[in-house]
Amino acid sequence: MGLRRQIRVGSQWMYADEAHRALREALRVMDDEHSEHGGHHQPWIRRYVFSTDHKWIGIQYGFTALCFLLLGFCLMILMRLQLGWPGQPFAIMKLLGATRAPGGILLPEAYNQLGAMHGTIMIFLGIVPLAVGAFGNYLVPLQIGAPDMAFPKLNMASYWCYLPGGLIMLASFLAPGGTAQSGWTSYPPLSVIASQGQTWWLIGMVFLITSSLLGSVNFIVTIIQLRAKGLSYMRFPFFVHAQFVTSFLLLLAFPPLEAAAVLQLMDRLAGTSFFLPSGLVVSGQALTNAGGGNPLLWQHLFWFLAHPEVYVLILPAMGIVAEIIANGTRKPLWGYKSMVFATVFLGFMSFVVWAHHMFLTGMGTTISAFFQTTTMIISIPSVIILSSLFISLWGGSIRFTTPMLFALAFLPMFGIGGLTGLPLGLAAADIHLHDTYYVIGHFHYVVAPGTIFAMFAGIYYWFPKATGRKLNEFWGRVHFWISFVCINGIFFPMFAQGLAGVSRRLYDGGMQYQHAKQIAAQTNPFMSICAIGLLAAQVPFIFNFFYNAIAAAFGNRDEGLGSNPWGATTMEWAATTSPPLAHGNFEVLPVVYRGPYEYSVPGSEVDFIPQHQPAAIEPAPRGGLLPEKAVAMREN
Amino acid sequence: MDAHASVGHAELEIPYNVHPRPDTGVYNAKLGIWLFLASEVMLFGALFSSLILLRTGAESWPRGYEFLNVKLATFNTFILILSSVTVVMAWSHLRLGNLKKGRIYISATVLCALIFLVAKGFEYSHEFSEHRLPKTNNFLGIYFTMTGLHGLHILGGVIVFLYFLGPGAKMWAHDPERYTNRIEVVGLYWHFVDLVWIFLFPILYLM
Amino acid sequence: MTDPAAAVEPGVDVHEHAGVGDPNAHHHSPEQIRAEMRVYLTVFFGLAALTAVTVGAFYALKGFPVRTAIIVALIIASIKGFLVAGFFMHLLSEKKVIYGVLILTVVFFIFLMTLPISHHANPFGS
Repeated sequence: MGLRRQIRVGSQWMYADEAHRALREALRVMDDEHSEHGGHHQPWIRRYVFSTDHKWIGIQYGFTALCFLLLGFCLMILMRLQLGWPGQPFAIMKLLGATRAPGGILLPEAYNQLGAMHGTIMIFLGIVPLAVGAFGNYLVPLQIGAPDMAFPKLNMASYWCYLPGGLIMLASFLAPGGTAQSGWTSYPPLSVIASQGQTWWLIGMVFLITSSLLGSVNFIVTIIQLRAKGLSYMRFPFFVHAQFVTSFLLLLAFPPLEAAAVLQLMDRLAGTSFFLPSGLVVSGQALTNAGGGNPLLWQHLFWFLAHPEVYVLILPAMGIVAEIIANGTRKPLWGYKSMVFATVFLGFMSFVVWAHHMFLTGMGTTISAFFQTTTMIISIPSVIILSSLFISLWGGSIRFTTPMLFALAFLPMFGIGGLTGLPLGLAAADIHLHDTYYVIGHFHYVVAPGTIFAMFAGIYYWFPKATGRKLNEFWGRVHFWISFVCINGIFFPMFAQGLAGVSRRLYDGGMQYQHAKQIAAQTNPFMSICAIGLLAAQVPFIFNFFYNAIAAAFGNRDEGLGSNPWGATTMEWAATTSPPLAHGNFEVLPVVYRGPYEYSVPGSEVDFIPQHQPAAIEPAPRGGLLPEKAVAMREN
Repeated sequence: MDAHASVGHAELEIPYNVHPRPDTGVYNAKLGIWLFLASEVMLFGALFSSLILLRTGAESWPRGYEFLNVKLATFNTFILILSSVTVVMAWSHLRLGNLKKGRIYISATVLCALIFLVAKGFEYSHEFSEHRLPKTNNFLGIYFTMTGLHGLHILGGVIVFLYFLGPGAKMWAHDPERYTNRIEVVGLYWHFVDLVWIFLFPILYLM
Repeated sequence: MTDPAAAVEPGVDVHEHAGVGDPNAHHHSPEQIRAEMRVYLTVFFGLAALTAVTVGAFYALKGFPVRTAIIVALIIASIKGFLVAGFFMHLLSEKKVIYGVLILTVVFFIFLMTLPISHHANPFGS
């Protein structure tokens, strides 16, 4: 392709064509702002409320999801206060009202409500919308060089199904008898005879499932149809593969839960007995329904979704970590191909393992052995992905920025989460561990210091792309270190508790049982203190986030930052501005010439070559300037 | 369809909206609707699976033909198959450039759908008048749930067809190919709804 | 105007199936379309006949065990389904990407149909 001319603009060297493009765009924006009748002056409500721009929808999802995550966290804090000091009055409990916490002492029914809603909110209102709706929506079209999602209006509809669903879930707190209190798993018969809040939970779930379905169709079509010229599947950033498989999981696994929700609504509202066995007696009174139903039917339909759901929770996180590790080590991912095939295999296998959540439902040995086998097999692709990420660090020139810290921490944390899953997947061991705190420790390790750390990593990493400002490094490190220590303090003792036999969903944390009393008393207060510490650690993050977001909204960009402050190769960084073009993402749709992780290519003057760049950067005319620019980027 | 994003236009041009992408051979909405139908297979599949589990676990299971109106359901089956033909004829005429004939066939499809729903209404009200409600037993429960959900899907299709007969038809004036594609896509959804009934009918009424 | 992606990605191979052409190629001749319409009509009569067969078989198999009736009914329904899917939904001449999605769905559908009931069939102690 020949040399690309470079010119100096202010203190920066730029490619001449990029400089011209930037100038044209600046003139267009000025023109736009000054003209009343400029083609696409949208009313405020179409631009910021019912937007069809994937970037803004991503931000809507992100902001909403972070609020829900904080809410779910606060519910957990109330639970941990009760667990650490059972039966103690707390002033803050009075917020829950006299019916739930008379005199500031949490009632068991209220504890159950907090538990069910903590799980529901974190999973369905927090993590999935953040991982898929926010990160996925914002980044996938940019990373594949597309002008937007394939169906922008459908994208908007997805968000506007999610938000009402979330609000209905919140409204359930106001229902008589309180909100859903049968666990996030809503097992019948308990959930069928539960109070009105459960109905709102089910209706909310229907909205959320619809939102997911619409979104997943959009993602799959976008990735297959709108990828840029030259972007073959094996040139995708790993993040795109992760989102692709995740979307298939959402598409095909969610409908059975939708069916189950309809059946449970029928049981609750129309008096059917899909899940109610014959002869059920509740509080001394026999139920008058027809009976003949099967509570296990709910469990099958629920877990058919809920197992793939956990891979929905982890895959985007792995995608984010992979991107940051490749970028932060300045070298390509080790085993990219294996990671891709492992991800696809993982997605497929996730549909045949679900009954490992049902080992204690009276399964015979044949069917138990089947699910145990598939569960053991599915651990293999996870190991491949995690190992590849670990090995990717070897020989890397690691920059310990805040996103990199979170991404690095993900690796051992997910490792602990994954390893502790193995005894749960073995039917014999699961007999002892099922429904204990061991399970809670296991899945929280994967989701909390696992996925949520990856989410934080992603926020710190992509914040400059979305706003043109970096989050403050110092407070980022404070956020990281305190969170890391506290989160391990909360969840590690849970393994010990579970092995000792402390059951989950006990409002006093096990104090009522002889075998559990001692370990509960020893560990629960400590864990609760760590939880409060974890909450405190989020404060600098919240300030950091809002301060910089508001500053960016008022147009205060970081002048020296540039569009690619981390020196990354993927197209969301290199082919567009920070923030990217409001309309259409790219002046001209990019063409892809190389793989996604061309870092430290031998013979190249700079330690990264963007995907859409045809040839390696040639030295600057006067010699010595461009390597300095690369050094300056490394220092950033 | 050229792959340039149009910066500065009111509506963003999404590539392959109307013309197929060469390597996949499909346009976006075609892939989109098939993906959606795949999810619908899993939705109705879950209900079929529930039916199997409930039936095999039940001490006694009434036979549909003992009290359900098999003749009406057979009639409904013919009507729905007819509506599938009319919609594919509509699409064919649109491809031939004949909006008028296309609209006639779409209207015929809507008519068939409404006849189906009315017949369903008669069926349901007869069941209710005989005190056969969803809560009476699990067979009736699953019967009403599955046919009810199916009926809602029919209603959804009717609404979309009416939209394309009415305000949506304006698209033909400036982009007939895109309009034709839209009818094809709705038609695929419609055939799927017919397909579900083809299985529902014998399983619920004749077994 | 040609699509730039065509220069890099391989082209589509359009192949004709009996009577039903590639539904995605948008330059069909009117004769082809009319031929397809005749196929649709034929399929309709086939479906109508099969519906009559379904009901007829039901009456004929009244004395037989339920299992036989279920199997026969499912076979007939599958043939009808194949006709609707293959011709009306032109799956017989659709592209690989669509097939791929559907095959994946069928596999998961089979899991959903078979595994819950196999749990039921293998209770603890059996």
